Amino acid sequence: MPHIDLRSAAAIAGAVRSGALCATDVVATALATVERRNRHENALVETFAASAMATAERVDAARRRGEDPGPLAGVPIAIKDNLLLRGHIAACGSRMLADFRAPYTATVVQRLLDRGAVVIGRTNMDEFGMGSSTEHSAYGPTRNPWDRSRVPGGSSGGAAAAVAGELCPIAFGSDTGGSVRQPASMCNLTGLKPTYGRMSRYGLVAYASSLDCIGVLAHDAADLALALGVAGPDGRDTTALDAPVPAYVAELANRTELKGLRIGVLDDDDGGAGLDAAVKAATTTALQTLEALGARLVPCVLPHVRHAVSTYYLLAAAEASSNLARYDGVRFGLSRKGRTIDESYANSRSDGFGAEVQLRILLGTHALQHGYHDELYGQATRVRQLLRRDFDAAFAHCDLIASPTSPLPAFAIGSKIDDPVAMYRCDAMTVPASLAGLPALSMPCGFAKGNLPIGLQLTAPALAEVLLLQVANVYQQRTDWHRQRPEECT
Amino acid sequence: MHLNLEPTIGLEVHVQLATRTKLFSPAAYAAGAPPNTRVHAIDLGLPGTLPAMNEKALALAVRAALALDGVVQASSRFARKHYFYPDLPKGYQISQYEEPYCQGGRVPLGDGRFCTLQRIHLEEDAGKLVHTDAGTLVDLDRSGAPLIEIVSLPHLHDPADAHAFLVNLREILRFCGVSDCDMELGTLRCDANVSLAAAGAKLGTKVEIKNLNSFKMVQRSLEYEVRRQTAVLSAGGRVAQETRLWNDEQAETRPMRSKEFAEDYRYFPDPDLPPLRVTPDLLAAQQAQLGELPSARRERYAIQFALPPYDVEVLTQEKSTGDWFELVVAAGAEPKSASNWIMSDVQKHARARGCSLFQLQLTPLALWELLRTIARGTLTATTARQALQHMVDHGTGVETAITALSLSRIVDEATLDPLILAAISALPAAARDVRDGKLKALDAMKGHVMRATKGKADPSRLEELLLARIHKGV
Repeated sequence: MPHIDLRSAAAIAGAVRSGALCATDVVATALATVERRNRHENALVETFAASAMATAERVDAARRRGEDPGPLAGVPIAIKDNLLLRGHIAACGSRMLADFRAPYTATVVQRLLDRGAVVIGRTNMDEFGMGSSTEHSAYGPTRNPWDRSRVPGGSSGGAAAAVAGELCPIAFGSDTGGSVRQPASMCNLTGLKPTYGRMSRYGLVAYASSLDCIGVLAHDAADLALALGVAGPDGRDTTALDAPVPAYVAELANRTELKGLRIGVLDDDDGGAGLDAAVKAATTTALQTLEALGARLVPCVLPHVRHAVSTYYLLAAAEASSNLARYDGVRFGLSRKGRTIDESYANSRSDGFGAEVQLRILLGTHALQHGYHDELYGQATRVRQLLRRDFDAAFAHCDLIASPTSPLPAFAIGSKIDDPVAMYRCDAMTVPASLAGLPALSMPCGFAKGNLPIGLQLTAPALAEVLLLQVANVYQQRTDWHRQRPEECT
Repeated sequence: MHLNLEPTIGLEVHVQLATRTKLFSPAAYAAGAPPNTRVHAIDLGLPGTLPAMNEKALALAVRAALALDGVVQASSRFARKHYFYPDLPKGYQISQYEEPYCQGGRVPLGDGRFCTLQRIHLEEDAGKLVHTDAGTLVDLDRSGAPLIEIVSLPHLHDPADAHAFLVNLREILRFCGVSDCDMELGTLRCDANVSLAAAGAKLGTKVEIKNLNSFKMVQRSLEYEVRRQTAVLSAGGRVAQETRLWNDEQAETRPMRSKEFAEDYRYFPDPDLPPLRVTPDLLAAQQAQLGELPSARRERYAIQFALPPYDVEVLTQEKSTGDWFELVVAAGAEPKSASNWIMSDVQKHARARGCSLFQLQLTPLALWELLRTIARGTLTATTARQALQHMVDHGTGVETAITALSLSRIVDEATLDPLILAAISALPAAARDVRDGKLKALDAMKGHVMRATKGKADPSRLEELLLARIHKGV
């Protein structure tokens, strides 16, 4: 088998479409790499070897017949454990769904297949997306390829570790409060959370419906642009935006410098997370680089951003308490019989859900309870509106807003697991864009001591994914942070 | 102790919309299908599924709101109502709470009075539990079926008015095609609530009544509750706030559950569904679809067709009956005779077949032809009934029926004269009387000939020929 580099989806797809590479060779390489290395990081919780090889053979057959096998032809892709692919388990990192076999395929996953991609397996995650470290999984923690004693971030930590560990060039995750961007930052990847509604949520297992977005992790903006072709309206998700899908890949070439671009820089309010000095230094340098490329840095304020973390955790927990009510052991999922129906519910849910999920269900149930509803859920809804207005006002003066993605580089496994609030505070940089439904991208911009990646986050107005990708692309033409590889891959 | 107590009654009516598919899923729902055969992944609440609004359900809901004079909101929201029960797959029901799609409205009570509505909202139905010897089973066919809930203000004060409310509501909703409103099939369900207080005083403690399977039961259960609560209050007691079940055999209500601790449904806007928009176009289209409501039609029939109240009542009970009648009149029939024939014979044939007039083989045009044939004298009342029977049975026109049954009236002298001569010889006394000017005796002679022609002799022609023959002499 030829040596195949699994870092660039664009390169793989180009080679498969031209016939220079067979999709089956690419996928076999990916599966062999998973076989060899996955046990170190626990990035994938299951490989779909048989169905992946079958898909790859269909791609090759299509090309041999002279058909276009699609823009993602032969590209091995891993999907987060909360995205449904018919016939395969989608467990959401939970005991509750350990045996749940998807009876249908998610819209976005189907569009990947339609474009020639090959789904090689499902990636580890914090249970139901609730976590920032991929430690809260029924499959055990995922380890960061840059330092296996550390977390990869979360909740799409398995997806990030899979791409960073070069098991596949692209992984699809989900981002409710930063779950794609923060692991991208901690694993030296480029990660995009699109505008809320830009990608159909049909077939994404819900955590917090008004915040959930399918997102993508890759090494660079070019591959994100390629993957984003699956965006667009879907009759099965009426919250999906009915806006035309730009030709993301073609649009990338339309910007080669940043002249005229105004980048808003937030003041030092880090939401109490405690900004790491190395993170501060690296992101400041990145801003200077952007300035050198022609951008103008302008000060920017989001007056209500300091309430973002508490607002996010109230709303997400409230919606989660509702979304997870369906796991009652009656129709699917883990079922533990009791003497009464109420006891059966309690047994099934106590055994099926992990501690963090139970904590958030309780928190969310409380936030919606009569007597607390207005002061908790209601207040959070109002703050969310104010934050949206903050962004609207800010974008009157700038085109993008820059900040660190995570206040800290990857932390040691187990170091924050007993302090949920400290863990929640680490989401201070990512939750504002989630609450406002705005697209945001994280890109590699340096390293902290110990070779720990650092990411810069760019947030854009609604549906300005093209701008985010162009700016990241220009930056990545002039920098090579995103080309750095963890030791195990070199 | 004598208290001047007045009952205050409110009704909550669930009506299933006559759509092909469910409120948020493409599954086709029909009552009475084998269990769990009308279930989509969405109805099961499978992970990753999302609801998608059925536009037809919205259209029918809007039509119902217009028919009941409600104020349709340009924008409303769905909310999640949470509780755990095995027939509720998602652990919440998608309903409307703070922002229903229709505010206000009214239902006529049939005598010029109305009962004001608080609101109408859209919601999905739950499944149902089936209790068997093997245990309790869940049937999710009904899960997600489209409902509107019509909530009255507590403005009724007489159980008979509650009955009238339901009769008129059903008539209107059936008339405009919103629902067939069949309590037996569960496409109309009603809960009632009643409290007692001195007239003009603050409302008393409300008791809710469930398990009401007919309009009569609604009325009887309310009458029972009024008696029961009157007795409690008269004895100086307090009415407990509770939900009671009607037991029709025992003709009484029994406590089901206490409402002292109201259930907390933790409502919040459903983030899976965008705000529900009703465009001016949709509103106009449904206004156009609405057509004429029963009360307006009754008024019009009395004036336009000069029909007596009884005819108006019968013809407007079902929309299809009136529509059929109007087609007969439009063809050229005289309204009153069309009405007579529909009320008596045509409806009888429809009832015998258990179908509506439109489902009969008889067309409105065919009835008009029959009426015209009668008016021309070709058919008598008796032969016309025979012709109608044939037309209904075989779907033929009147001419075919007349030929098939040889029903033409006999007018020619050549046929009738021998029969008249036979009558004279059979009834010589009567013939004599007639000749002497005692015309009453003519009837017996006419009857004799009629019997001989099986009723087909033309009565006036027969009389004319009879008289001529008798005076001329045999």
